[in-house]
Amino acid sequence: MPALWITHARIIDPAAKRDAAGDLFVRDGLLVDSLSAADRKRAKKIDGRGLVACPGLVDIHVHFREPGQTHKETIATGSRAAAAGGFTTVVCMPNTAPVADNAGTIQFIKDAAARAAVVRVLPTGCITVGQKGEQLAPTGSLKRAGIVAITDDGHCVQNNELMRRAVEYAKMFDLPVMDHCQDDALTHDAAMNEGVMSTRLGLRGWPHAAEDIIVARNVILSEYTGGHIHLQHISSKFSVGVIRRAKARGVRITAEATPHHIALTDDALATYDTNFKMNPPLRTEADRQEILAGLRDGTLDCIATDHAPHTTDEKDREFDYAPFGILGLETALPVCLDVLVRQNKFKLPYVIDLMTRKPAQILKLPAGTLAPGAAADLTLFDPDEKWRYDAKAGFSKSSNSPWHGQTLTGRVKATVVAGRVVFADGKITA
Amino acid sequence: MPWSRRHLITLEELSLAEIEQIHSTASAFKKILQRSVKKVPALRGKTIVNLFLEPSTRTRLAFDMAAKRLSADVISFDAATSSTTKGETLRDTAENIQALQADMIVIRHAASGSPLYLSRLLDIPVINAGDGAHEHPTQGLLDTFTMKEHLGSLHGKKVVILGDVLFSRVARSNIHALTKHGAAVTLCGPSTLVPHRFTDFGVTVSHDLKSALDGAEVVMLLRIQHERQTSSHFPSLGEYTSMFGLNKTRASWLHPKAIIMHPGPINRGVEIDSDLADGEHSVILEQVTNGIAVRMAVLYLCSGGQPENVAPTE
Repeated sequence: MPALWITHARIIDPAAKRDAAGDLFVRDGLLVDSLSAADRKRAKKIDGRGLVACPGLVDIHVHFREPGQTHKETIATGSRAAAAGGFTTVVCMPNTAPVADNAGTIQFIKDAAARAAVVRVLPTGCITVGQKGEQLAPTGSLKRAGIVAITDDGHCVQNNELMRRAVEYAKMFDLPVMDHCQDDALTHDAAMNEGVMSTRLGLRGWPHAAEDIIVARNVILSEYTGGHIHLQHISSKFSVGVIRRAKARGVRITAEATPHHIALTDDALATYDTNFKMNPPLRTEADRQEILAGLRDGTLDCIATDHAPHTTDEKDREFDYAPFGILGLETALPVCLDVLVRQNKFKLPYVIDLMTRKPAQILKLPAGTLAPGAAADLTLFDPDEKWRYDAKAGFSKSSNSPWHGQTLTGRVKATVVAGRVVFADGKITA
Repeated sequence: MPWSRRHLITLEELSLAEIEQIHSTASAFKKILQRSVKKVPALRGKTIVNLFLEPSTRTRLAFDMAAKRLSADVISFDAATSSTTKGETLRDTAENIQALQADMIVIRHAASGSPLYLSRLLDIPVINAGDGAHEHPTQGLLDTFTMKEHLGSLHGKKVVILGDVLFSRVARSNIHALTKHGAAVTLCGPSTLVPHRFTDFGVTVSHDLKSALDGAEVVMLLRIQHERQTSSHFPSLGEYTSMFGLNKTRASWLHPKAIIMHPGPINRGVEIDSDLADGEHSVILEQVTNGIAVRMAVLYLCSGGQPENVAPTE
């Protein structure tokens, strides 16, 4: 592999508190301080003028649907969408078919990733057998097979005793428990946030209390057991408050927010567009503001997309009957630049931190750094380029995005994984 | 002002002037319905498909009757015997109906938003005959039409909607129509079925039946659905009746000339006693009759007819 030389970029490395113009050098897949004259001559050069170079983005919450639902997405297509969005490491949820509750399925995912992925694809395993919430899955063998966390994702463990044991047990393996916080009894048949909009639209409401109760439960169990629980896609103002108070006491919890929950509210549902239907649902402006405040003060640790592909046939139907979930990988960076940097005056290095070092830290992944010697996972983007996002022409197999057809500002120009350019100038190059 | 809408999806989006246009057109049709020959040729040669994907008696019969009075050909489509039970999507079903060269679709569907979804797919007019807990615009139109026949202007009149408001499309359409008319709307029922957030619609929410009914000129009852008991919205039908059922004593709190309405089907002895449902204040069957005239008006206008062209003579 030839060396790589990125010139004159604005280099942002939050882990090193670096934000300065300069060059980046890569040799043998690793970041290095400099290149020898001979290496420089042979190196592949990328002109970084006008671009930001940062650690490759890390998304700890995606659904790549393989095995079993490959009509929606595959590890190949999902990883290409990731590369196009500037992500070099993604963490897959285990709600595949079959679900990833055994070492064999984890091995299958790892094999498929080794064969077909263009970015680093890391698996998670289930908390319970079949995600049924009845019996613990074999966490030890899952860990040995290579998972980075356990989660029942969309099937939040309802039984508090079982959740307590899961957290205690996972602690032995130093595995975080990622939880999709939802009290099922409160969300039966619900399709959107419960509030004025659901009342107007006549759709079954989904109270934020359903999230808050489980967030509080998880805070209690984390504090009681000392285990690490990561709270997925926080959408409710109340939950942010619970997390803030728990963190002040030193409880081992972390939490993520999605680009859609910081950008949109349930007002977007006025036309029953199923590309705005996801779980947890879009909530109110007050919730959105509090999530922004949570990201600002560190209550919420990172951005994660919850990239959830569904086919057009599945989404193109009555609102009540359409599945929950939207794409996220190809739009996350421009949406975060818009909402966080431009609208809410977050500093760019801080936003990059929320999408690189901090998510990596939650799962102890060796990513999110430009330190010499680290794997050369990089993203180059133009923070000001305007482009029209056509979800149907995107790299994901599906096109269920609320940003389809919109003009976004900020565009990924190149994505580098282990020193190899996997995406450049709108094309997969791996 | 000429009528310009092709679809009727919600009353929320209609102006008061548009509602009044429908009402005046319905008045003209009502006169025709009182003649010995009750039919006009307005929609001769047009085919209307009633796509009822959820059970309905009154609404379906009324749409059927209205279309026939306008000389349209009517095809009724029953969910139980159709390909939708074989998993055909709503899009495919509707596109097939359009390909069969229907001129208009009347849709009843359990999922809120389905008529809007269809109206964006099809080139032919779509009429909402009730979608989930969202809207039932023709019911709201016929209810306000009936109220105006009895009360004249609705401005400032106290109208009480009593019962399962949360899950009621009838309530929502009436709330929109009534507030546009300037009526003083009070919603009443148990706090689980009449949540406070309805005040956002510009109405009063009350859980005290006596103060709600006090001096009201209209009380509209909503059917209490049995399944709400099992979903823990209230303890039992018996408790509901003891707290909110309309009986003679409670009816005496109303304005002396008040009318009692119900969109049907009635649970006699639950939300209303039989002697009131059948009594002198009840206009429940008038609602059904007016339902034909109002639906004739809607079908006529949305297929391109203009209010002033309704033939006043035989």
